[in-house]
Amino acid sequence: MGWGDLWYALLGLMLAAYVALDGFDLGAGAVLGLVARGEKERRLVIHSLGPVWDGNEVWLLAAGGVLVLAFPRVYAAAFAGFYLPLMLALWLLVFRALSIELHHQVEHTLWRPFWDLAFSLSSGLLAVVLGAALGNVVRGVDADADGRFFHALFTDLSGDPPLGILDWYTMLAGLCSLAALGVHGSLWLNWKTTGTVQARAARAARWLWPLALLIFAALSLATFHVQPLVPLALRIRPWGWALPLGALAAAGFSRWALGRGREGAAFAGSAAYLLGLLASAAFGLYPALLPSAGIGPALTVANSASGDYALRSALYWWLPGMALAAAYFVILYRSLPPKFNED
Amino acid sequence: MDPETLHRFQFGFTITYHYLFPQLSMGLALLLVLLKTRERFFGDREAAKAAAFWTRIFGINFAFGVVTGIPMEFQFGTNWSRFAEYGGGVIGSTLAMEGVFAFFLESACLGLLLYGRKQASATLHWASSLGVCLGAWLSGYFITATNSFMQHPVGYVAGGQGISLSSLPDVLLNPWQLWAYPHVMLGATLTGCMVLCATGAYYLLTRRHQAQAQLYLRLGLGVGLAAALGLAVPTGDGMARQVLQHQPGTFAGMEALFRTERGAPVALIGQPDVEKQRLDNPIEVPHLLSLLTYQRWDAEVKGLDQLPPEAWPSSLPLLYYGYHIMAGLGTLLIGLLGLGALALWRGRLWGSRLLLWGFLLALPLPYIANTFGWMTAESGRQPWVIFGLLRTADASSLQVSSGNVLFSLLGFMGLYALLSVLFLALVSREVERGPETEGY
Repeated sequence: MGWGDLWYALLGLMLAAYVALDGFDLGAGAVLGLVARGEKERRLVIHSLGPVWDGNEVWLLAAGGVLVLAFPRVYAAAFAGFYLPLMLALWLLVFRALSIELHHQVEHTLWRPFWDLAFSLSSGLLAVVLGAALGNVVRGVDADADGRFFHALFTDLSGDPPLGILDWYTMLAGLCSLAALGVHGSLWLNWKTTGTVQARAARAARWLWPLALLIFAALSLATFHVQPLVPLALRIRPWGWALPLGALAAAGFSRWALGRGREGAAFAGSAAYLLGLLASAAFGLYPALLPSAGIGPALTVANSASGDYALRSALYWWLPGMALAAAYFVILYRSLPPKFNED
Repeated sequence: MDPETLHRFQFGFTITYHYLFPQLSMGLALLLVLLKTRERFFGDREAAKAAAFWTRIFGINFAFGVVTGIPMEFQFGTNWSRFAEYGGGVIGSTLAMEGVFAFFLESACLGLLLYGRKQASATLHWASSLGVCLGAWLSGYFITATNSFMQHPVGYVAGGQGISLSSLPDVLLNPWQLWAYPHVMLGATLTGCMVLCATGAYYLLTRRHQAQAQLYLRLGLGVGLAAALGLAVPTGDGMARQVLQHQPGTFAGMEALFRTERGAPVALIGQPDVEKQRLDNPIEVPHLLSLLTYQRWDAEVKGLDQLPPEAWPSSLPLLYYGYHIMAGLGTLLIGLLGLGALALWRGRLWGSRLLLWGFLLALPLPYIANTFGWMTAESGRQPWVIFGLLRTADASSLQVSSGNVLFSLLGFMGLYALLSVLFLALVSREVERGPETEGY
């Protein structure tokens, strides 16, 4: 085990923090149409995200920075290879940020419904895009001899070469993400709002949970078929079964807590479920960061990590930096009201 | 068009557009701390009103800075993947530090500042303005440090596939960075101050919010004059010395000094003709360049003729114009701010409609000066992306075809046109509502 392996884990941790945090504001946006009717209710949903969404999204940027730091070759190959979907995701991120920040600026009968719609659509699409992105990584890329690739948006959807960004497997991953984040967002609203929005969010979470788990089961089976590294990893290190099973246990706990009216615990359970999913994916691929389905080599910890000095020196600032970041988040989330009200 | 040109155009376009927002965020963040401090510790009611008003503008501006900033971090990989692969072992450190130390602090504190008025205590609210400022200025530090490495690489070792970090302190305390950072931050402060001055002048000219307007002008003039002077001496001077020492071709290119001269002049006007190696219709101040560079009337300044052609800056006209526009507007702003400060001291500023018009119309000038300052830095470095180590031609993503880059470039242009309309509409609406109304 070297410094690269440690950074593989730390990078996974930052991505997991991103999904657990930004996941609920993306999910809340995706279920906006289900849980909120009318101007006032939609404003309540967005109001409950206003102070935190930007900080949540920073986890993505910070994780991106750490990817450049620790595995520049992976960053270079993946970002250039996924050029088109990344550009589309960027524009969605722009629209989404605008819709939250500009929503309350103008009192006009057309202004707010427009940004509400933009918010909901961009949130839902981003949830799908994140899942499909992870699906692309798990499935592997059409690497050439240097580990580089370029994928079109879609080819014949079969998942066999020539590969496209969208095929049946990556779309299934996108749906899995949409359902899981939809649950997560509903549980945030159930926890942090009151009245009819809370009641509808609780109802949405109750029927979305079984749907999310069903898609997860289908995706797991498909993953065994699509990426042989995953069953191999489980055979070599059987303790890895604890990760997906832990995710399922967390989901069961969350559903149970939801039935008992324990709102915070239900939200924590779905956060743990998302952590379990990402941990399972990271475990299944390790030591690959970008598996290859082409002629070239996979990009792994061994062939793409930065020099030892960079990785070692980064630990000296990363640890205090993360402690500070955690402290800001505790202060920020503690300053939120226990429940947001319609006003 | 070949892919490299499109990659360069897209990066140049998106970074130029992006930097219109952070320069105001960084400048305004500092001024907000001053206002919040007067509010919290001196009980100043006008300052409290001003802080609330400028926080609203800051919030809009910051949001546009964030949404146009995210594409920048992506493009190092999407469009410049050979640069990321070659240099990521070094610049990854500063980019990651920006995320970890600056963005978290900035975003969490901004959440408190914008939405925490009702919930947070007065002290926490004051501290959050401080946190936003610290975050913004740290962000500036790390991203300028990344650029300083590209201008003057230090603290690395070259290996097989690329370079790796050998000393983080060397990269963070790069001598280039020690001049570039204060220069960049004073530029941002100047933009913040000129926006305050222009808003104050606008209110006085239209006879509204007079007490607020006078506060903006006093604050903007005081801090702005100091910043404008500091931009010339010592930071501009120090920056020029770094260029002279580490990029002599760039230094000669900034002045389009094709031939080595004793008592070299500074050109005020003139168009460089690279093919004929001369400056057309020059209007020059004789001996000034020798005097500024070496403090001697007749000192010899090396021209491009002393350098082999491969050491010449490859974008010479843009470099020359960038530098002259920056320096020219900087000088103009020192003059305007100096006149304003004099009138303020003599008690004549509030009645001088001519000067107030001057401040109102000067609003775009600091933005243009900051933009062209960066054009000087970036075009001066060409043909290198990391000076002396990696050429721009060897840095773009080979996998991405020109059709794909053109697609994303057109998308960014359309999207940013929409952003411009929204930004101007929202900010001018906020200015029209004025500081007297309570915000959201």
